[in-house]
Amino acid sequence: MARHSVLGTVSAGLVALVVLAGCGGAKVGDTSSGATGDCGTFNLAINPWVGYEANAAVLAYVAEKELKCKVTKKELKEEVAWQGFGTGEVDAVVENWGHDDLRKKYIDEQKTAVSAGSTGVKGQIGWYVPPWLAKEHPDILDWNNLNKYADKFKTSESGDKGQLLDGDPSFVTNDEALVKNLNLNFKVVYGGSETALIQAFRQAEKDKKWVIGYFYSPQWLLNEVKLEKVKLPPYAAGCDADAEKIACDYPDYDLDKIVSKKFADANGPAAQLVKNFKWTNEDQNTVAKYIAEDKMKPEDAAKKWADANADKVKAWLPKA
Amino acid sequence: MAAVTAVTAAPQQPPRLFRHRKSLIFGGIVLAWLVLWVVLRDTWTLSLGAADLTPLHRWINDVNDAVGASRNSNPVFLYFFNEIRLVIDEFVTFVQALIAQPSFGRPVPVIGWLGVVAIAGFVSLAVAGWRIALLAVAGFVFLGLQGLWQESMDTLSLTLAAVVISLLVGIPLGIWAGLSDRANRVLTPVLDFMQTMPTFVYLAPLTLFFLIGPASATIATLIYAAPPAIRITAHAIRSVPRTTVEASESLGATRNQTLVKVLLPSARKTIVLGVNQTIMAALAMVTIAALIDAPGLGKTVVKALQTLDVGTAFNAGLAIVVLAIVLDRVTTAAASERRTLPRWALFGGAGVTAVCVYLSYTYLWAAEFQSDVEIGSSINKGATAVTEWAQDSLPVLTGGFKDFVTFALINPLQVLLAESPWFLVALVITVLSFMIGGVRSAIVSAVCVALLIATGLWQDSMITLASTLVATVLVMALGIVVGVWMGRSRRADRVIRPVLDAAQVMPAFVYLVPFLALFSASRFTAIIAAVVFAAPVAIKIIADGIRAVSPATVEASTALGSSSWQTIVKVQLPMARGALTLAANQGLIYVLSMVVVGGLVGAGALGYDVVAGFSQGQLYGKGLAAGLAIVVLGVMLDRLTQAAAKRWTN
Repeated sequence: MARHSVLGTVSAGLVALVVLAGCGGAKVGDTSSGATGDCGTFNLAINPWVGYEANAAVLAYVAEKELKCKVTKKELKEEVAWQGFGTGEVDAVVENWGHDDLRKKYIDEQKTAVSAGSTGVKGQIGWYVPPWLAKEHPDILDWNNLNKYADKFKTSESGDKGQLLDGDPSFVTNDEALVKNLNLNFKVVYGGSETALIQAFRQAEKDKKWVIGYFYSPQWLLNEVKLEKVKLPPYAAGCDADAEKIACDYPDYDLDKIVSKKFADANGPAAQLVKNFKWTNEDQNTVAKYIAEDKMKPEDAAKKWADANADKVKAWLPKA
Repeated sequence: MAAVTAVTAAPQQPPRLFRHRKSLIFGGIVLAWLVLWVVLRDTWTLSLGAADLTPLHRWINDVNDAVGASRNSNPVFLYFFNEIRLVIDEFVTFVQALIAQPSFGRPVPVIGWLGVVAIAGFVSLAVAGWRIALLAVAGFVFLGLQGLWQESMDTLSLTLAAVVISLLVGIPLGIWAGLSDRANRVLTPVLDFMQTMPTFVYLAPLTLFFLIGPASATIATLIYAAPPAIRITAHAIRSVPRTTVEASESLGATRNQTLVKVLLPSARKTIVLGVNQTIMAALAMVTIAALIDAPGLGKTVVKALQTLDVGTAFNAGLAIVVLAIVLDRVTTAAASERRTLPRWALFGGAGVTAVCVYLSYTYLWAAEFQSDVEIGSSINKGATAVTEWAQDSLPVLTGGFKDFVTFALINPLQVLLAESPWFLVALVITVLSFMIGGVRSAIVSAVCVALLIATGLWQDSMITLASTLVATVLVMALGIVVGVWMGRSRRADRVIRPVLDAAQVMPAFVYLVPFLALFSASRFTAIIAAVVFAAPVAIKIIADGIRAVSPATVEASTALGSSSWQTIVKVQLPMARGALTLAANQGLIYVLSMVVVGGLVGAGALGYDVVAGFSQGQLYGKGLAAGLAIVVLGVMLDRLTQAAAKRWTN
C-alpha cells in the first residue's frame, strides 16, 4: 500500500511540475540570435595582462559590432599564442612587447607570422620606486645614488645587500648584468610573477616601505600608485648587444601587432581592422582602468570607450 | 606515492649498529661537513645565472624548434597526434554540448541546470544514498547561486572527459601492473615522472602537438590524473589475499576467470578509491589548464588575478571546492558499501530525473540558471573584506614569524647545501643514504646526484632542496599536532576534515595574493603555500593512523594511570609510526609538486626556472631541465623516505 501511495505522490508531483512549467516559461529557441556577416571567424589571442585585454576588448567589440565577425577569444601566454600562428589557431596578437626571439623564429624562420604595425602605445621597462620614496629622497631616482641607500632595501632574501625585486617571468631582464656592471650593492631577487611585483609596490606605498623593482608602463597599477622610474645610463642602439656587458637602460618599446601570414594575405575585414588599429597610451589606460579598477566586463569597457570615441573607431574600419 | 609503490627496493637488512653509535657517526658526518664548508665555502658550487644557459639547455631549445617547424610535414603529426586530438576534441565537445555550451543550433546546452541537478541527485542516490544525494543537489544548486553555472559545467565536462579517458587507459594498465611484476617495474618510474614533472614544462609543447583547445587541456589533465588510477588499481589487485587466488586456481579457473570472477570483485572498493583520487587530481589541474585556454572556472581565477581581484578568484575557487567535495563524497560512499535502493525509489527517481531533463531541454527557466538570490557577489565581497583586513593588520605578527623561520631554518640549511662544493654535498648525501637504506639506497642517490649535475642546475636544485626540507618539517609538525587531535576526537575530525579538503583543492593562486601581502615575495611565502597544500594529506594520514591504534591498548594505558600526553607520546604515536612515515613521504612529494607555484612568489631556484621557461622561448630548455631536476629530487627523496620507513617500521 505504502508503495502505491508514494508512487502516486511522485507522479502527481510530476504532472503538477509539467503543467506548471507549461504555463509559465519561454521555450528554448523562441528568440534566435542574429546572423553573422561575411567577416567569418576572427581568432584573437588574449595575452594575460590588462593592457592587452584593453586592446583586444576594443578590437573584438568593433569587429563584432561593425563588421559582424564571429570573434573567438583565446586566452594564451605569448609563447603559446605565437605558436598558434603556425597551427592556424590564432589570427592576431594585438600587443607585442619586442620579443625579438619570437620574431626571429616565427616571422623570419618559419614565416608563419607578419607584423601588422604599431598599436600607437609606447612601452617602457625599467626600475621603479614607490611615489613616497621618490618624494622623500628625490635623489634616489638617479642610479648613481642607489648604493647610498642599498642598506635600506635589505630583506630576508637579499642577505647583506639591497634587494632589487625582479621577475615577471614573461619579460626579458638584464638586471643581473646591470647590477654587476654598474657595481651596485644589490642582489636580484626573483619575485616570479606580476602579482608579486604589484603586491610589493602597493604595500610599499601604503606602509612606506623601501622597495625598488623591475616594472613597466603602461600598466593598470600606475593609475593607482604612480611609481617613479629610476634613471639608468641612457640606452643607445647596440648597447645591449652583449648580454653580459649590458650597462644601459632598457630601450623604449613601440608596441605592435602581429598577425598570422594567412590572415594577413586573405586581408579580410578583420585583418584590415587589426592593421588600421592605432590608439594612444591614454586611450589604453582609460579602458584598462575600466577593467581593472571599475571591474567592468571587457565588453562593457570597450563599448563605453568606443561610444565616446566614435571618430577614432571609424578611422579603423576597412574602406569599403 | 609510498602507499602504492610497495615494490621499490627489496627489504634491506639494516646494518646492526647500536643506536648511540649510529648517532655518533651521523654527528661526525655533519661536523666534518661543517668544517669543510667553512674551509671551502663558495667554491665549486656549480652556480648558473638566471639568464645563463648550458649546452644541454640550448640543445633542448633546438629540438623544440625543430619539432615545431616540422609539424606540417611530419607524418607522426599528420597521422598520429592529429587523430588522437580529433577523437578527444570530439568527445569533450560532445560532453560540453550536453551540459555546458550552446549546441546543435540551440542557444543553450542540451541539458539545462535542472536536468543536471536532477541527474547528479539521482546518480548520487543510486550509488551513495539519500544524504549524499541531498549534498549533491545542494552543491550543484550552490554553483548556480554563485553565478558560475556555465563555468562550473565547463569545468565539470573537462574533468569528466579527462577522468573517463584516464580510467579507460588506467584501469587496464593498472590490472596489468597488478598481475605482472615486470610491468609494475616498468610503469612505476613512468608514473613517478608523470606525477612530479611540473605541468608548466609540457604545457606549451602540448599545444604544438594537439593544438590549442579542449584536447590539449584534457591531455594535460590526463597526464597528471591517470597515475593514481593506475597505481591504486595495481595495488588493489596485488592486495587480494594469495589464498583466495590459489583457491580459485585450484578449482580449475583459468587466468581470465580468476581475474574477472575473483580479483576484480575483491579489488572493486579499492579501485573506486582510485577513481576518487583521479577526480581530485583532475580538479587540481583546472587553473593550470586555463593557461592554454581550457574553458571553465580556471579562467575566472586566472583572469581575476591579473587585477589582484581576490574576491572573484575566491568565489570561483570555492566553486571548484564544492565540485570536489561533492564528487569526493559520492565516490567515497560508493566505495565504502554497496547499497540497494528500494525499487520504487529507483523508478521514482528515474522518472523525476527524466522529467527534469525534459523540462531543462525545453524551457528556458530550467535551462539557464537565473536566480534573484545571487550569493556570488556576497562571497566575493566577504572574501575581499577578509583579505584586506588580514593584509592590513596581520603583517606585524607574520613578519616576525617569517624572519625567525628564514634565519633559523632556511638560511643555514640553504647555505650549507648550496654553498658547499658539489662533491662534498654529493658525498654526504650518498653516505647518509647508505646509512639509511644500505648499498641500494646509496646507489640510487648517487645516480640522482649525477643527474642533477647533468641538468646544469646543481645550485638551484640545492636551494630548492633546502626549502623543500624546511617545508616538510613544518608539514610534519602541523600533521602530528592536528592529526593527533583529530585522531583522538571525532568531533574535531568532523569539523576539520572539510577544511582540509578545501585547502587541498582550492587553487593556490587564490591564496597567494594575500600571502604575498603578509610575507612579501620570499622563499618563506613559497614554503607556506606548499605547507597549505601538503599538510592536509599528512594530517589525514596521521589522524587515520592514530585512530587505527587499538582502543584496548589506549584504554590499558589510561588505566595504568598515564596522562593524555604520556598516552600520546608513549603509545599512540609509536604505534602509528607506519602512518607517520607514510605522511612524511607523501608530505615531501606534495611539497615538491608546489615548487613551481613557489617560483611564482619568490622561491627562485628551480621553480622560477620552470616558470620562466614557460614564458620565454630562449629559456625553454632550461625550464625543461629544471623540471627534470624536480623529478630527480622527487625520486631521490621518495626512495630515501621509503627506505627509512621500511627499517623504522620493521
